[in-house]
Amino acid sequence: MSAELPAAALRSQRGIGASARRVRALIRRHAYLLVKSWPRMVSMMYYPTVTMVLWAFVTLYLAPTNRFLQDAPGFFIGAVLLWDVLFRGQLGVSLTFIEEMYARNLGNLFVSPLRFYELVIGQLVMSAARTLIGVGGACLFAWILFRYSIFSYGFPLIAFFVNLLIFGWSIGLAVSGMVLRWGLGAEELAWAAIFLIAPVSGVYYPIAVLPPVLQAIAWSLPSANVFEGMRSVLVEHAFRWDLLVRALALNVAYLAVGVFLFRLAVGHARKRGVLLQMGE
Amino acid sequence: MLEVARAEGAAIVVRDLVKRYDDVLAVAGLSFDVRAGETTALLGGNGAGKTTTLSMLLGLLTPTSGAISVLGVDMLQHRFRVLPRMNFTSPYVDLPKRLTVRENLLVFADLYGVSRPRDRIAELGREFDLAGIMKRPYGELSAGQRTRVSLAKALINRPDVLLLDEPTASLDPDIGDRMRTYLESYQRASGCTVLLASHNMREVERMCHHVLMLRAGVLVDQGAPAALVARYGRDSMEEVFLDIARGREHNEPRAGADLVP
Repeated sequence: MSAELPAAALRSQRGIGASARRVRALIRRHAYLLVKSWPRMVSMMYYPTVTMVLWAFVTLYLAPTNRFLQDAPGFFIGAVLLWDVLFRGQLGVSLTFIEEMYARNLGNLFVSPLRFYELVIGQLVMSAARTLIGVGGACLFAWILFRYSIFSYGFPLIAFFVNLLIFGWSIGLAVSGMVLRWGLGAEELAWAAIFLIAPVSGVYYPIAVLPPVLQAIAWSLPSANVFEGMRSVLVEHAFRWDLLVRALALNVAYLAVGVFLFRLAVGHARKRGVLLQMGE
Repeated sequence: MLEVARAEGAAIVVRDLVKRYDDVLAVAGLSFDVRAGETTALLGGNGAGKTTTLSMLLGLLTPTSGAISVLGVDMLQHRFRVLPRMNFTSPYVDLPKRLTVRENLLVFADLYGVSRPRDRIAELGREFDLAGIMKRPYGELSAGQRTRVSLAKALINRPDVLLLDEPTASLDPDIGDRMRTYLESYQRASGCTVLLASHNMREVERMCHHVLMLRAGVLVDQGAPAALVARYGRDSMEEVFLDIARGREHNEPRAGADLVP
């Protein structure tokens, strides 16, 4: 064996190009996993597709006697698909991070030149990819099986999708922080956290049916504003810009809180020395 | 800027380093220099504070107080300026198990910004005899193969400062010897500074220019391996280690062995 001397071994470590390269490394690490594992791909599409099929049959059962569903036959399918954008968005962020914990790879990542914000961007990109695969698959099956196209929403669909994805990211980052703070024993949070807000998000019913206290909570969530907006498009055929602006403003605040909580957990992990020891 | 950065000829300078976890004092006011271009061993029994110290040097662990300078950079303030020039291996970390060896190395080459990563990986494949396992998932490798891959990962960016925690612990004597030879060769050729935590005293005697002995988070002695062996009046670093770990003074007789008439 012989060692050779380096010759301009490293590229620049500064600037957007270097940051993009490190984010790409993180994405590459998770993309390798995804593309080579068809069970992973299937499992991402499985739950959204099954729930979509379930609600589609509920719609077929109720539609003949339900005026609302006669006016908006795609309501439940659209609602469940959009809810899955939120769920997959959150799960995508949390699982990307938990995957590193299981692999005992956090130590390697945190001593590399990867910055905290690059780690977060990598998680968000992977979340978007997982969401597109999971919900995209369900959308495809919705069209194949029930001739329902989520794209019939037109432009508002993009607004709904983006807002729900960002809200999912916020929760996912907060959950990542909690799992880092309390260990893999808190992994259940990754799967369960989102369901805490389901009742007050108005996915399948208007916010008006909630008790006043819960209505106040609901309006403070981007998801409730999105699903109200969705109903407005379906029933009144009107896009509510006020709801979109409010959802966006709330998302900015929630994303900041999510990043802050995750950052706090990383700082705590550095103090307690768990970055080197955490794993399965 | 820290006073520590001015220590002449030192790649790593540590001053008054303290790490306290609630009531436990893991590192108690550690101060030492690691000379540039040399291999220094960080020795001590289990719980002596070796891994805690290495973690603080890498920025994985925030010290309670104290100062650390690596290559003249204050690690507590500006670690990202120097992290691209550092790397490490540790038995406490792993690489993603479902990724192949090549995929893992490509990811870390990207993270460190290695120029011509495929050439570098091919080069490491030759050096560490990885060519036959490049396409195998890391999780399917033997412990010895994993150690070689971890060492390849640690050298992917041709680091100027290399921190190695038990780097050859799971290697058979043949591969272990080849790894040591490679590390020595790399160190000589590149002028890399190596800080090595090991329980293999023959490895320390062979590879290290200087030894730092820790006990209960305190630096209890230091010196060149040969000088320590002479000072303690022993035959090997193994015996010096036992003396220091058990708190015996220089030339104090060993229990049992010295009762023989």
